[in-house]
Amino acid sequence: MSEKIVTLSDATFDEHVKGSDVPVLVDFWAEWCGPCKMISPVLEEIAEEHAGKIQIGKLNIDDNLEVTRRFDVMSIPTLILFKDGEPEVRLIGAKPKGQLLQEISAYL
Amino acid sequence: MVEHRKVVIIGSGPAGLTAAIYAARAQLEPLVIEGEPSSNSDQPGGQLMLTTEVENYPGFVDGVMGPELMGIMRSQAIRFGAELRTAKVSRLELASPTPFPLWIGDPNADEPTVEADALIIATGARSLMLGCANEDRLLGYGVSTCATCDGFFFREQHIAVAGGGDSALEEAIFLTRFASKVTVVHRRDELRASKIMQERAFKNPKIEFLWNSVIVDILGDTKVSGITIQHTTSAETFDLPVTGLFVAIGHEPNSGLLKGQLDLEDNGYVRTIGRSTRTSVDGVFACGDVQDSYYRQAVTSAGSGCMAAIDAERWLEEHDE
Repeated sequence: MSEKIVTLSDATFDEHVKGSDVPVLVDFWAEWCGPCKMISPVLEEIAEEHAGKIQIGKLNIDDNLEVTRRFDVMSIPTLILFKDGEPEVRLIGAKPKGQLLQEISAYL
Repeated sequence: MVEHRKVVIIGSGPAGLTAAIYAARAQLEPLVIEGEPSSNSDQPGGQLMLTTEVENYPGFVDGVMGPELMGIMRSQAIRFGAELRTAKVSRLELASPTPFPLWIGDPNADEPTVEADALIIATGARSLMLGCANEDRLLGYGVSTCATCDGFFFREQHIAVAGGGDSALEEAIFLTRFASKVTVVHRRDELRASKIMQERAFKNPKIEFLWNSVIVDILGDTKVSGITIQHTTSAETFDLPVTGLFVAIGHEPNSGLLKGQLDLEDNGYVRTIGRSTRTSVDGVFACGDVQDSYYRQAVTSAGSGCMAAIDAERWLEEHDE
């Protein structure tokens, strides 16, 4: 995994997401989810190409139920973009890179 | 200059990847345009990416996970020199004599992205949606097309599955790992699914069936709280309180790009000639679920992918000048 991507957990979520100077795009994922695996390389690319402008975080829902429930995630992959700690954009399901970038373009 | 290929394969399910393995071994250096990520089975790897255990693919005594099987096929195609590109074809022209121009990205670009002497279409099929009220709005908030992705969120809850084929029963059985109760809503009074799946579903104490029933509405403000069911003969309706709805009512072929360019069956599937994978356009071949509304198995798709590569190879030999 790219070193530009941060692994989040129930314990570290608030610290990372609320304390970030740049918007944080959180990927709610799990090992057993095929579409999650498909978007993983896309997120790696975005992390590299937009480093400094956006932080990508990954949250494994199996291990981190508290945050998963807090944001009512009921389908994965779900991507939520947080700005100043507040959820601003929510994307459900795997999407091509172009479409992902378009949906978060206002924050890049 | 426009990139030129002897063989381009569109799609990367069992049909596309088997065609790629055969074409690569025949030294045709195929390009596979594998699709782009999505959650509705029109994606790299195809429908098996959304399944769990595949028990009927020959060669795997103990079964194999769908995504794992597709990963193996992909590696095998790459090993023999197939090139895979994660992209979608936005436009193609089959009217001109070969090579056929294909566009990736902007369909209005002056120049095509790539041109192919022979074209193998393996774009597969995607899940049908119900088309009822509130389905789009609640997708991801209780409405799902992927049991393996979302079953986890419905622990100890009562959920519904729409459909009566193998996919519907496979999803229903899988979902009983999490849910307290799974109601299968089916529009007829008998199932299309295979006997073995039917037996497993009927035996499962967590599964119940609603026959001759269709879902006409999905209820809930921010997440699913129930579905409205209509009986097909009496037309009576009632609300069933469920927190999740998994849609598995069948598939439609990914043939939209081909409309008006080659012969399709009335149901949208690509028409192939006789026992071959040839289509109405010379040099264009079709394999897998985009041309098969009857068998629709991973192994039949793979078999027809092999046929398409052999048909394309022989066609190229005949047209080699």
